[in-house]
Amino acid sequence: MVQYGILFMMLALAAGLWRLQVLDAENFRQLAEQNRIRKEPILAARGKFFDRDGHLLVDNYPSVSCFLVREQNHNVDADLPLIAQGLNLDLEQLRATLRHYRAAPGYQPIPIKQDISADEQAFIEAHRNELPELETIDEERRLYPRDGFAAHLIGYVGEVSEEDLNNPRYAYYEPGDVVGKAGIEETYDELLRGQDGSRDVIVDSHGREVGYLGTQHAIPGQDLKLTIDIDIQRAAELALGDRSGAVVVMDPRNGEILAMVSHPSYDPNDFAVRINRTDWNKLITDPAHPLMNKAIQAQLAPGSTFKILMSLAGLQEGVAQNMHVFCAGGASFYGHFYACDRHHGNVDIEHAIPWSCDTFFYTLANKLGIDTIARYGKSVGLGQRTGIDLPNEAAGTMPSTEWKLRNFHEKWYAGETISVGIGQGAVTTTPVQLARMISGIASDGHFVRPHVVDQAQLPSSFRQALGDSFPGSGETKISLDPATWMIITDGMAGATDPAMRGTAAASHLEGVDFAGKTGSAQVASHEAVKRMGSGVDTRPNGWFVGVIPRRNPEFVVAVLWEHGDWGANAAKLAAQVATVYVNKKRQQERNAVEQAAASKPVEMGAVWTEPAPASRKQPGGHGKAAQTAQLHGGHFLIIPAPLAPAKAVASNQFHLPAWLLSWPLRFKEGRP
Amino acid sequence: MRRFLSFRDFDWPLLGMVLLLCTISVFEIYSATLHTKYTGFHTKQIFWIAGGLAAMFIFAKIDYHKLIDLVPWAYGVCLLALVAVMAVGHKVLGAKRWIKVGPMHFQPSEWVKLVLILAVARYFANLGGRSLTWKDILKAFALVGIPLLMVLKQPDLGTALTYTPILIAGLFLGGTNLRQALILLTCGAVLIAGVWSSGKVLKPYQKARLTSFINPDNDPRGTGYQLLQSKIAVGSGGIWGKGAAKGTQTQGDFLPIPHADFIFAAFSEEHGFVGAIFVLLLYFFILMRLIQNALTAADLPGSLIIMGVVAVLTFQIAVNVGMVIGFMPVTGIPLPLMSYGGSSVLFTFLALGVVMNIRMRRFVN
Repeated sequence: MVQYGILFMMLALAAGLWRLQVLDAENFRQLAEQNRIRKEPILAARGKFFDRDGHLLVDNYPSVSCFLVREQNHNVDADLPLIAQGLNLDLEQLRATLRHYRAAPGYQPIPIKQDISADEQAFIEAHRNELPELETIDEERRLYPRDGFAAHLIGYVGEVSEEDLNNPRYAYYEPGDVVGKAGIEETYDELLRGQDGSRDVIVDSHGREVGYLGTQHAIPGQDLKLTIDIDIQRAAELALGDRSGAVVVMDPRNGEILAMVSHPSYDPNDFAVRINRTDWNKLITDPAHPLMNKAIQAQLAPGSTFKILMSLAGLQEGVAQNMHVFCAGGASFYGHFYACDRHHGNVDIEHAIPWSCDTFFYTLANKLGIDTIARYGKSVGLGQRTGIDLPNEAAGTMPSTEWKLRNFHEKWYAGETISVGIGQGAVTTTPVQLARMISGIASDGHFVRPHVVDQAQLPSSFRQALGDSFPGSGETKISLDPATWMIITDGMAGATDPAMRGTAAASHLEGVDFAGKTGSAQVASHEAVKRMGSGVDTRPNGWFVGVIPRRNPEFVVAVLWEHGDWGANAAKLAAQVATVYVNKKRQQERNAVEQAAASKPVEMGAVWTEPAPASRKQPGGHGKAAQTAQLHGGHFLIIPAPLAPAKAVASNQFHLPAWLLSWPLRFKEGRP
Repeated sequence: MRRFLSFRDFDWPLLGMVLLLCTISVFEIYSATLHTKYTGFHTKQIFWIAGGLAAMFIFAKIDYHKLIDLVPWAYGVCLLALVAVMAVGHKVLGAKRWIKVGPMHFQPSEWVKLVLILAVARYFANLGGRSLTWKDILKAFALVGIPLLMVLKQPDLGTALTYTPILIAGLFLGGTNLRQALILLTCGAVLIAGVWSSGKVLKPYQKARLTSFINPDNDPRGTGYQLLQSKIAVGSGGIWGKGAAKGTQTQGDFLPIPHADFIFAAFSEEHGFVGAIFVLLLYFFILMRLIQNALTAADLPGSLIIMGVVAVLTFQIAVNVGMVIGFMPVTGIPLPLMSYGGSSVLFTFLALGVVMNIRMRRFVN
């Protein structure tokens, strides 16, 4: 009886074995095969960066990293001294790395050394049999410009952190992946990263590779064309030099950022290979904040540059036009004396802007009240992000009664309005905000959204998502009274005009319509300065925002020089950048002409009146020209002749009619 | 009566089959641990087998009646040891199963098995084969149930489960009638259902282990993964196997613990259907031989002891091989005489020693 029970059990087990080993054997054999195939990643190269003219800014270089694979039946601990020696690693540090990954799943390779040298590669190759646990992976590593050139703009990449992985934005990534951590690298990571491929590697029972089954090639990331002009960026970097601060240069017509500099800077190449702890600590504890992109993140009092907004509000409200203020080195409001830095005497709005008379704007602020100022501030984008396509932009502060109530649960005191009138007090802005503000006002109320990457090359879905994830004041239009527009822009032109004795007269550029506004913003009150003593830098921050030309500008520059003392100093830096811009533009125009000279005839359209025959040849088939003056239109073909003193022509401004007349013309078409 | 005792009456064919299985086991342990940190375990296993053989010969010389007389004491010691495990036990992988005495680790739950076999045999033998009352049955349940619950608490589900066939064998051979058997079966079914749904007795991971064999794909990294890899190992072995030390599942570390709980999978992969059936046949003949010894035993305690051993071995073979081929959940029950492990080897040989002793005394009296 019991025997039959046991026999039955044995038969059941035998039947189970029969089913697995005989009936389904082929199926299981395949599954066993698949167990021996390992997927090896092929890492995609990140997209490169080019400037607006196609100059390479950020490149990749091929590099090899070494990993330790634990899934083999091999005792790794005994090999560690040899590995440490061959790869020039510290044995203790290597052990610490392995301990760090102790809890990670066994199939996950442990990165031991990145960017290994040729000698170290040779070591791994030579020890394939003794050290089968060592694996190498080819990857493309970032090569950034040296010396921190455009570092904040470009950003850097690094290994995705554990906090990032919990963020839905990083759902795509797995531990160990490289991800953009700052700047354009972060914003455009989705386009830049490409798609990793993989190779199915057949491994033997020891995990050693014996062959390949199939390869899925990596798709490299998209190259990005930036709006940055490498020459202007270079000029801005040089102009700012060792000073702490920021420079933003933008094309006010479309929001293309031509240059963006923040100093002091750092070398992003240090981040491309794992940055060591001491260097990192030095970067994050430096009081000058080298990691901060001050162009979009420094929230500071704008000082007198704020007077452009004050003028806008005053003129649009119809207040400033009729104001005549006597400046006796300051004025009293609500029982306090508010100082001006000079005795300006009688001041009207036309002189208040170039002279930057505080007394005038104290009075104007008092008349307008904080909420009117705030309304105009909002309309030009103060206290809001501009929506630039860079991460972690700061919004600044545009105070108002409602703002104070919400944040401090206190009522606004009229006395506070007076300091706001000259860009002090609670108001703070970022350099990029000021650049957008002044360019919008100088462009007759057309405000743009700043951006650093050429938007035309982006897939439309990405562009849409980008706009959503970087909300800001964006592209807007406010209507300006023509007189307002004229007065403010002429006032700004006066600031750089020696004849007007403007605040930035020293930054006058001969033959260039360079207009702007200085600002010297106190970083501490006079009492605080005395209290803090000499240890802390209490010199004011120097600001300058400028445009070329004064109306409908094509160039705007905003300079922040921290503790630069006077806005006039910042204006000199801005003038250096502007000079490079103007020269480059002239150079390009000359090049265009030279190009034309070297190629086919150029077709030109014209309208003129006769009788005087304009060309050497009468148009055939039309007979005699009419005696009375008559309007004619037609096209000419200009046959280029070699320009003898080409350099002489180009180094001056173009006097178009003069040299046009000297060219041989050929009449092509008759009257309309 | 001692003068009648002779090693001529020793069950040499049984020992031969057992040693053949042990030899297969040592070779398979060697193959399965070839490239792992367990390399060299086959020599350890040889020492365990040698020690087990010595213990078996010693036990074969001791009169099993003396053992039965000593059983109440041994049972008490077992309970004390289990209490000690609860109090000062050494925690390994979240389970308290070991007591540390000097450099040695003891797992008392293995020894309880042997003591329980003897205790159950003594209990039913004392009843003298009369038909059982409900009180007798309840006492038998308490006898096995107390250590069983203590082991379950450790928690060691696998070992606790191996105690149940001892009780079932005892009840079956001790004179339970059909009506009682049916009622017990019904109660058992209700009890199992109750334990399962109460959620207090079994820990969630134990439940998961018990159910993952039904659909291993649900849990491809946990026990489901182990079962799947085990089935792949067995299945891919085919009829003739991949050859010794050539199993990709075994050598590639895909098979979990291929020298212990999953040694039958490793063996089936490398030696195929033919090898697996050969091992199953060996087990079958060993069990048949044991049953034959039970039938020819001189008295009721003797046959009860042997049938207890048969019950435990049969249960372990069925559960372990069943697990390896995906019929049963992963319970951590080793395959007797094949799996690596000192406790398991010693228990089996000691049990065989008692069986030998009973056989050698079959003509006594």
